[in-house]
Amino acid sequence: MTTNPFDADRPPERPRGGRRRGGGRGRRVDESVMVPDVQFESYYGKNVVKPAPWGSPIPAYLFLGGLAGGSGLVGAGGALTGRPALRRVGRFAAIAAAAASGITLVMDLGRPERALNMLRVAKLTSPMSVGSWILAGFSGFAGLAAAAEAGRMALPEDSGSARALRVVEPVATAGSAAFALPLAAYTSVLLADTATPTWRESYRELPFVFVASANCAAAGLALVTTPTAQNGPARRLAAVSAALELGAGELMERRMHPLVAEPLHHGRPGTMLRAAKGLTLGGALGATVLGRSRVGAVLSGAALLAGSALTRFGIFGAGIESAKDPKYTVQPQKERLSQRRAGGEVGDSITTGR
Amino acid sequence: MGYLARQLAGPTDPARDAAWRDPEPRKGFFTDTSICIGCKACEVACKEWNAIPQDGDLNLLATSYDNTGGLGASTWRHVAFIEQTTDRIEAARESGRRLVDLGMPASRPPDAPHPRATDAANTAPAGPTGIPPIGTDGDGAMAAATAEARTAEATGTLPDFRWLMASDVCKHCTHAGCLDVCPTGALFRTEHGTVVVQPDVCNGCGYCVPACPFGVIERREDHGHDGTVSNVGVAQKCTLCYDRLTEDQTPACAQACPTTSIKFGTLSEMLDTARDRVEVLHANGFSEARLYGANAEDGVGGTGSVFLLLDEPEVYGLPPDPVVPTADLPDMFRKAGMAAVAMLALAVGAFAGRRS
Repeated sequence: MTTNPFDADRPPERPRGGRRRGGGRGRRVDESVMVPDVQFESYYGKNVVKPAPWGSPIPAYLFLGGLAGGSGLVGAGGALTGRPALRRVGRFAAIAAAAASGITLVMDLGRPERALNMLRVAKLTSPMSVGSWILAGFSGFAGLAAAAEAGRMALPEDSGSARALRVVEPVATAGSAAFALPLAAYTSVLLADTATPTWRESYRELPFVFVASANCAAAGLALVTTPTAQNGPARRLAAVSAALELGAGELMERRMHPLVAEPLHHGRPGTMLRAAKGLTLGGALGATVLGRSRVGAVLSGAALLAGSALTRFGIFGAGIESAKDPKYTVQPQKERLSQRRAGGEVGDSITTGR
Repeated sequence: MGYLARQLAGPTDPARDAAWRDPEPRKGFFTDTSICIGCKACEVACKEWNAIPQDGDLNLLATSYDNTGGLGASTWRHVAFIEQTTDRIEAARESGRRLVDLGMPASRPPDAPHPRATDAANTAPAGPTGIPPIGTDGDGAMAAATAEARTAEATGTLPDFRWLMASDVCKHCTHAGCLDVCPTGALFRTEHGTVVVQPDVCNGCGYCVPACPFGVIERREDHGHDGTVSNVGVAQKCTLCYDRLTEDQTPACAQACPTTSIKFGTLSEMLDTARDRVEVLHANGFSEARLYGANAEDGVGGTGSVFLLLDEPEVYGLPPDPVVPTADLPDMFRKAGMAAVAMLALAVGAFAGRRS
């Protein structure tokens, strides 16, 4: 700290560098050089809350879980409205993405061998516990739906197992659609139910961003993989979901404390989110205008998938950044505390005069 | 409030809410930073008793005499060290005065004279005005310190600088974010009202880490990669020496503290002690003294670790207005439910449209 007026009287520093005599005096460096100018709003710039110790498997899971949920809906929609290509793609994508998302979750555990402890309790106050059960339920129904689909392709129509699969097929369709919704939505609560400033402050709009992003990803995959004759629902889903995602995202950034919204615009997360907006918008427009051509559908679908992935990685990264810098924690807290005090509320502060 | 409503926010008895039929009186710490000398005996005693490994590489942070930095998986007590000049002391006194003027909830009428205020000479802090010179009569030095503080208050002549030293620890919140979000049940509420991790159950999901509004709990890494570190990949934090508590022993840090800066007892005793102490300091002119965590109406329903601070909490690296994330969880699930309905509506709309 160099704020003491007496520091101005210190003798000039001796030039450093070159050969140093070993031992005591030579190694000693003027303390005022080592100690940075301390901002007293924080403890030497140290973070107050800790960032989640999660690596890239977690944002990958956010994307894959969304893709699984959205594809579950697409598969169910295809089955209910008689669009076999959408049904097939939706069902296989749902179980594949669900399986991959399970792998990403296990990868990121500190003790992967204890992964099944996730199902040790069912706990409503823990979005991760709730989510584990949702993922387990979804995977069961999506697996059944995929088995039914495989049965349609591989088994003779009059065999016993084919008949059994036809009986369970409607249950699988309904179950995977029912679990698809919470699977796509809960991940927003997972992020928001933390002390990480940017995630927590986004809790009102983030669920809408995430479900829309899930729909965009699933629509994108369907556009890439289904013939143009059947991709009408995917094109429409892409258009309306992109509108919801961009609208909810805009509202989220505007309603947030400006300081807490900052990580959404700066650095790598900011770049990712800008790219995500462009890709989502471009993909949705492309799907609407060019989606009837095979090439147009594939390109727009790929843009939508990439946009969804970048949305997840961007929001994830912005939250991590907001936890690393104490200003995002301390400044908004001080402001809301003084606002409450200005409003006459004096009884709810953790700091008290007596 | 009903049982369900008080599970997420507000004052409550956490041990009873956790279904302990006949819980012990809630235990807690009172850390009086005005008499902390920064010796770090608490850090060492904690490490010794709990067999905590080295916390990362040995390095000098080059910011102060504190080279630990903060609480973490392998640091369950952390002594903060802050050096301040006159302007900062004046700012701290001013913010302390404003706090008292706000009229925060009081344990006794503010005008009633405190029984121990007259005995103030023996309890004035060493921190703000310096440690009494060795060899002098202790009482005389304390009386001098108090006189100096009173003069400073009257004339505005404050010391050139002061050192703040404070031993931080897990707050053992009434509504603990880490405990609420733990998906495996590894974190649990003990019969003493404290929050403890079961390292053999935790699968290292790491969710408790961002859920703590104080940034206390952390997942342990194996820095040396030599396999000698226990509980690697598992969330770790202060247990308030659960093993010692079950044997009616004092936690290691409190027992090792040479100045009684760290006090341990039932939470109600700790709160009484803290309120007495802050009144004594105020009566002696140390208006910067304030309590942190002594209010059950705060964002975490009150903490099990009470602190007496001599400046704003953020100066010590503590959050000024922490709120347990799960306080808003019902609303979060509601919003997510609405989003799920929107998602279904979009899909139905997309498939119900004309066939193409």
